[in-house]
Amino acid sequence: MVTITNIVYLISASFFILGLKWLGSPKTARKGNFLSMLGMLIAIVVTLLDKNILDFTYIIAGLIIGAAIGAYAAKTVEMTAMPQMVALFNGFGGAASALVAYSEYVRVGGHMPLDVSITLVLSLLIGVVTFVGSLVAYAKLQGLMTGAPITFPGQKFANGILLLIALVLGGFFVAEPAVPTFLLVIIGVALVLGITSVIPIGGADMPVVISLLNSYSGLAAAMTGFVLSNNVLIISGALVGASGIILTNIMCKAMNRSLANVLFGAVGTADGGGTGAKKDKAEVTQYTAEDAAVVLDSARSVIIVPGYGLAVAQAQHVLHEFAELLMQKGIKVRYAIHPVAGRMPGHMNVLLAEANVPYDMLYEMDQINDDFQNTDVALVIGANDVINPAARTQKDSPLYGMPILNVDQARTVMIIKRSLSPGFAGVDNELFYDPKTMMLFGDAKEMVTELVKEIKNI
Amino acid sequence: MEGILVSLYIFVLAIFVGFEVITKVPPLLHTPLMSGSNAISGITIVGALISAGAGHNQLAKILGLLAVITATINVVGGYMVTDRMLEMFKKDKSEQKR
Repeated sequence: MVTITNIVYLISASFFILGLKWLGSPKTARKGNFLSMLGMLIAIVVTLLDKNILDFTYIIAGLIIGAAIGAYAAKTVEMTAMPQMVALFNGFGGAASALVAYSEYVRVGGHMPLDVSITLVLSLLIGVVTFVGSLVAYAKLQGLMTGAPITFPGQKFANGILLLIALVLGGFFVAEPAVPTFLLVIIGVALVLGITSVIPIGGADMPVVISLLNSYSGLAAAMTGFVLSNNVLIISGALVGASGIILTNIMCKAMNRSLANVLFGAVGTADGGGTGAKKDKAEVTQYTAEDAAVVLDSARSVIIVPGYGLAVAQAQHVLHEFAELLMQKGIKVRYAIHPVAGRMPGHMNVLLAEANVPYDMLYEMDQINDDFQNTDVALVIGANDVINPAARTQKDSPLYGMPILNVDQARTVMIIKRSLSPGFAGVDNELFYDPKTMMLFGDAKEMVTELVKEIKNI
Repeated sequence: MEGILVSLYIFVLAIFVGFEVITKVPPLLHTPLMSGSNAISGITIVGALISAGAGHNQLAKILGLLAVITATINVVGGYMVTDRMLEMFKKDKSEQKR
C-alpha cells in the first residue's frame, strides 16, 4: 500500500509539473490547471485510503468547511481584488503547513532525528510568518489598514533580532526536542515577525510582497514534506518556491529596485521624492473629449496604456467598447502592458480579459516599446510612474533606471487623469507639460465614455 | 540520514525543474500562474488529512482539523479562481461568443 501511495504521489507531482508547463500558453493554460487539479485530487484520494487514518469525522468536517469557504471566495471575488485574495489563500497555505508540522510533533512526541527537528522549526517559522504576513498584506490591499509604510525607529534592527531569536531558539529545540516551550516561543516570535516585516512595505510594492509570500508558502510546504518524509510535498513546495522567487525577481526588475530595497526601503511615504521636473512649472494645456476625439479619428494607430487607475474607475469595459469603435474605423489598436501595471504580476491582463479584450491585443513592454515612435496616439489611462521619462534622464529621481513605456515617442500623447497629482513614487511627470501631450482631466470611466460619444458624433 | 539526503536531492532538483518550467510562462499569465501555483502549495493537505484522522491524541487531531480547513480553502479556492480567470482569456471575437 505504501508503494502504491508513493507511486500515486509521483503521478501527482508529474501532473503538477506538466500543469505548470501548460500554463505557459493561453491556449493550453486551462487544461494545465485542470491537470494540476486532477493531480491534487488523486493525491487526496490515495491519502484517504491510508491505513493510519482511523477516524474520518474531522477530515470530512474540515473538507466541507474548507471547500465551502474556498469556493465561495473564489466565486465572488472581484478581479480587482485578486491580489488580496491570492495573499489570503497563500496565508492559509502557510498556516496549514505550520499546523501540520506542529500536529506531527504533538503526535510523534519529542523523539525525533536531527533532520526532522530542523525542518520542523523551519516549517513553523516560515509557515507562521507567511500566514501573518499575508494577513497584513490582505489588510493593506483591502484598505482595512493604511497602505502607506508603517515604520518605527530601529525597525530593521528589531526584525533582525527577532529572526535571530527564532533561529537561536530553533537551535535549542533541535538540541532538546522534548521541550515544546521552545517551539511555542518560536511561533510567538514568528507571529510578531510576520507583522513587523510587512507593515513597512508600501502599497505600491505589494506585488513583490505577494510574490515573495507565494514563494514562502511553497517553502513551508516543502519543509513540512521533510518533517513527514513526504516527497510530493517536497516537490510541490519546491515548484511553488521557485515560481514565487521568479515572479519576485521580475517585479523587482520592473521597478528597478533590489529586493532588499523593497523590503526595507519603506518607499511611498507622502513626502518621498518630488525632486523631478520642478524647474519652472510650465502651464498644462487642458483639452476636452471633443478635441481628443478629432485627433483619434484621424489617427491610424493607437496604443492604449492602461494603469491601475483604470481598474479603480472600473473603466475596462467602456475602454473595450472604445477600442472596438476605433477598430471599426480601421485604426490599429493595441494595448501596452507594463510589468507592474496593476497590483500583482499580470494583474492588468486579467482585468482586461475580464472586459473581453482578446489577449492577442495585449503586448508586453519589450514587444511594443519600439513601436511607439511609429504610433499616432498613445492613450494613457490611470498610469503615471511607468511612463515618466524622468526614469530615463534624471539621475536624482527615485524612478531613475526603471524601465518605462516609451509613450513620449508617440506623435501625440493623451493622458486621462484625475489631477496633476504625482504617482505612487511621489515624482512629478514632465510629460504632462510636453506640448504634444493632451491632458484630459476627469474620471477614467466618464472620460472614456465621453470619448466614445464624441467619436460616434464625428 | 540516507533518507534525508534523497529528499534533499529531490528538493533541489525540483527547484531547478520549477525554474525551467516557470520562466517560460509569459507575463500575460502571471496572475493565474500565481494563484494556480498557490493552489499547488495546498498539497500540504495530504499531511493535514493524516494529522486529522490518525492517532488518538486530541490536540494533534484538532490541529489537524484546522490544517485540513485552511489547506482545503487554499486548494479549492486557488484552483477555482484560477479556472475562473483562465476562462476569460480569449483570443478573438469568435471565441467570445459562446
